[in-house]
Amino acid sequence: MKASAALRKEVDTGDCWNGFRPGDWITSINVRDFIVRNVTSYQGNEDFLAGPSERTKEVWAKLQPYFADERKKGVLAVDAASPSTLLAHKPGYIDRDNEIIVGLQTDQPFKRAIFPFGGLRMVEAGLKAAGIAADPAVHETFTKYRKSHNDGVFDAYTPEIMSARRSGIITGLPDAYGRGRIIGDYRRVALYGVDRLLEVKREERAQIDDMWPTDEIIRQREELSEQMRALEDLASMAKLYDHDISKPAANAQEAFQWTYFAYLGAIKEANGAAMSIGRISSFLDIDGLLDEARAQELWDQLVQKLRIVRFLRTPDYDALFSGDPYWATECVGGMDLDGRALVTKSSYRMLHTLYNLGPAPEPNITVLWSNHLPAPFKRYCVKVSKDTSSLQYENDDLMRPFWGDDYAIACCVSAMRLGKQMQFFGARVNLAKALLYALNGGRDEVSGDQIAPQTLPVSGEFLDFEEVMAKFDTTMEWLARTYVHAMNCIHYMHDKYFYERLEMALHDRDILRTMAFGIAGLSVVADSLSAMKYGKIRVMRDQTGLIVDYQNVGNTSTPQFGNNDDRVDLIAAGLVTSFMEKIRKHPTYRNAIHTQSVLTITSNVVYGKATGNTPDGRRKGEPFGPGANPMHGRDNHGWLASCLSVAKLPYKDSLDGISYTVSIAPQKAHLSEAQLVDEAVKAFDAYFERGGFHMNLNVIEKETLEDAMKNPDKYPQLTIRVSGYAVNFVRLTPEQQRDVISRTFHGQI
Amino acid sequence: MSTVQPLEPGSRYDMRVGISPDAPDEDKIKDEEGSFGYCHSYETSSRYDGPGLRLVLFVSGCLLRCTYCHNPDTWHLKDGTYVSADHVLRRLGDFAPALRALGGGLTISGGEPMVQLAFTRRIFAGAKEMGLHTAIQTSGFLGDRADESYLAVIDHVLLDIKSSDPETYRRVTGRDLAPTLRFAERLASLSKPVWVRFTLVPGETDDPENVDGIARFVAPMKNVEWVEVQPFHQMGSFKWKAINLEYKHLDTPAPSQDLVNRVIEQFRAAGCNAR
Repeated sequence: MKASAALRKEVDTGDCWNGFRPGDWITSINVRDFIVRNVTSYQGNEDFLAGPSERTKEVWAKLQPYFADERKKGVLAVDAASPSTLLAHKPGYIDRDNEIIVGLQTDQPFKRAIFPFGGLRMVEAGLKAAGIAADPAVHETFTKYRKSHNDGVFDAYTPEIMSARRSGIITGLPDAYGRGRIIGDYRRVALYGVDRLLEVKREERAQIDDMWPTDEIIRQREELSEQMRALEDLASMAKLYDHDISKPAANAQEAFQWTYFAYLGAIKEANGAAMSIGRISSFLDIDGLLDEARAQELWDQLVQKLRIVRFLRTPDYDALFSGDPYWATECVGGMDLDGRALVTKSSYRMLHTLYNLGPAPEPNITVLWSNHLPAPFKRYCVKVSKDTSSLQYENDDLMRPFWGDDYAIACCVSAMRLGKQMQFFGARVNLAKALLYALNGGRDEVSGDQIAPQTLPVSGEFLDFEEVMAKFDTTMEWLARTYVHAMNCIHYMHDKYFYERLEMALHDRDILRTMAFGIAGLSVVADSLSAMKYGKIRVMRDQTGLIVDYQNVGNTSTPQFGNNDDRVDLIAAGLVTSFMEKIRKHPTYRNAIHTQSVLTITSNVVYGKATGNTPDGRRKGEPFGPGANPMHGRDNHGWLASCLSVAKLPYKDSLDGISYTVSIAPQKAHLSEAQLVDEAVKAFDAYFERGGFHMNLNVIEKETLEDAMKNPDKYPQLTIRVSGYAVNFVRLTPEQQRDVISRTFHGQI
Repeated sequence: MSTVQPLEPGSRYDMRVGISPDAPDEDKIKDEEGSFGYCHSYETSSRYDGPGLRLVLFVSGCLLRCTYCHNPDTWHLKDGTYVSADHVLRRLGDFAPALRALGGGLTISGGEPMVQLAFTRRIFAGAKEMGLHTAIQTSGFLGDRADESYLAVIDHVLLDIKSSDPETYRRVTGRDLAPTLRFAERLASLSKPVWVRFTLVPGETDDPENVDGIARFVAPMKNVEWVEVQPFHQMGSFKWKAINLEYKHLDTPAPSQDLVNRVIEQFRAAGCNAR
């Protein structure tokens, strides 16, 4: 193996790096080192912030008709003829005179691109739903000459996986579209320029030329070649916009533009479900270099671009992930390993875009909350939540020991070290359905079909907790095995046919891979098991012997998740650990580390729809609680009780995140607004200190939502957090709107 | 004998009727032990019922029959759940660390907590042992029952004074005013922190004379930190209907903001901190 001298050699960057404190980042690719050496931690409050510039307002005004049209018509335009790549489309502009950050996914705003490498079926179904004709040449290419990821996966699936997929016990797998949840370290392009990144990739490649060509080495060589080609194409793409990004960015404007180009390249190459931007606001910290109005202008205009990312999806997909999300997740805050807050003036500026441009679901702004964050910043975050319901909070003190101080959040709640880690995304299984399979000997409670291997159904009139647990354990073993099996097939094929060459070019060669499994319906299962343990559940069977309904004939009501009651909360926590242990038994593709999330996105509605009556009293078709949430209306002793229940779920067995959405309807209290903000900060500290992972916070009254259902035009920017992300409320389906309204609303925190 | 149960699921707003049919009448209870008692519900996140974040335990039983009561299902012990004080304290313990962190504590409301004097004393004492701040929400009608040891485990009193005029008080509550005033004076002499609460019901308690009377009575008391004007609302009317009780205030509107302001100003003019 050759020495890695080139990786560390001194580079001539002209004067681009003048004024920055040097360190390891000079001689190797190490953005984290650059940040911790150069960040200016800001301890003050928001008084310095500036409003939107005239140029920003002009660009924003040009976009408004598109937003309005889209609300009425849905998809506005699609380029159906040009499969998206870095160079597939001519440069596009919104308002050339006023845009200071440029670059669109296609040649026009709101014109969506197609990604047939993921799967042609998905493209054509999306076009059909949008009323746009499919392109015959694309069709021919991807049926005759070029295989897609989707085709590959279905070549490898087994009949068992197919039926588990069809029955809805495993849903949302990325087997027909881009897997997403990979975050390129887009900052590298601004800090190093493409030439330097290419040089390092060449060296990384040379190092493995001497290695014996096992499957993995051959794959790595091909991937590195692809990565280098992608970096070259990225530079060419930037040239189309008259930018030379071969050298490091020389000023703030360039740093913003190049970081954005790198992100833009990623969303031209991949249509992943979640395309996070990472953690740029502690990197693009330009304190003192620009006057405030100009600094804010850069943020506002970058965020404008992040608000108009669009992918062509299908109606099925929209049901799972509704409101057209793409999770351009950006993390603000958090602490570094030396105990310094990574809060910069730019963290404030990022949040302030929600005032300058109004509330919006994207970018999915995620506050990495630590009890050690500066108090003024905590207060500002709470104020922004109160005014916009556009923020989510995640526990930095919990994640930092696992992921260091330069991780970001992919999608909603998935932490990963930037440029050093990626995940194989795996959607989720329906744990409530699995429980019903356990009762019914592996038969589906809705269709009656045998899906899981045939086992002895429960006999007798009443459910016995111990007996059911034993059966459920067996069913979960089967489910975990089938699930890992399917995931291995998916990601093998995704790497093969739809490799994210640019995003991975912005990673180190040797990275940590996780394989992220997920569960839905946790609170339904916990409440059901609690009902069996503490109540007396009589079953009702149909004429084929299938158990289709339940009745609690005990004389006490049973403990329910969401009330800080260990009797049921520990059942929920135990389920998380138990399913994780079962997942871990099965080897993964590329030796990825198994992780798990308790997250549903908006699929809690779809899952509920596909699931029969459950022993907790939930009726057939009724939505599940989203993510790790208690079932709607059952956490009725206040937010404190609800939070404390959710905080008991173990992060170590759910390293891909635990999603918890809280809706607060402001209520009478004696306190002034400032005092309420202080109290809310204390409440956040208390929740996170007790191990809470996530707080997806809405501050809104039910009545407002009801009015918005009736008069959508009055609320074009009404934003609401659903499960790890935010949506434009008026862009949800009526069914999902009703689900949001039926959730528990707590009083003042 | 009623069956001992865990605290009920369901929120403070839910109605509960006839859960413990064998319970004694609320004016005949003997609970020298206080190991068991009757509860309506609890809530863990109130910012209204005392300083900081409050866990509020609503106990059953009240001797007043306020015409505008929004929880008539807390009047009778038999409508409550029969629980053990140990169980209540265990549940309180589940929340104690968070309540301490949030500068809050336990508030016992009702119903009238002093109907079950020994039971509530036990719970207050347990809460004090956990290092929690304690508050009682009371009409004061049974204030004579609150001996020194009872008041020793209570840090703060939310005292409902519904009227300053014995006639009005009797019309509104069915009982005498004097015990409440006596209790207020005793709390003043003990310098026990008090928030006086006054429910503003249009046509019932809004007479300027009535308000002034309370204001004049309370103003000199240095222990009264706040006078709180609570506007009448209709959230409890469904319970009157469900229990088949005649509800006098079916058509009574919530007080206008102007009326609320007028009353607050009356208190302030007399020298009270009012809100």
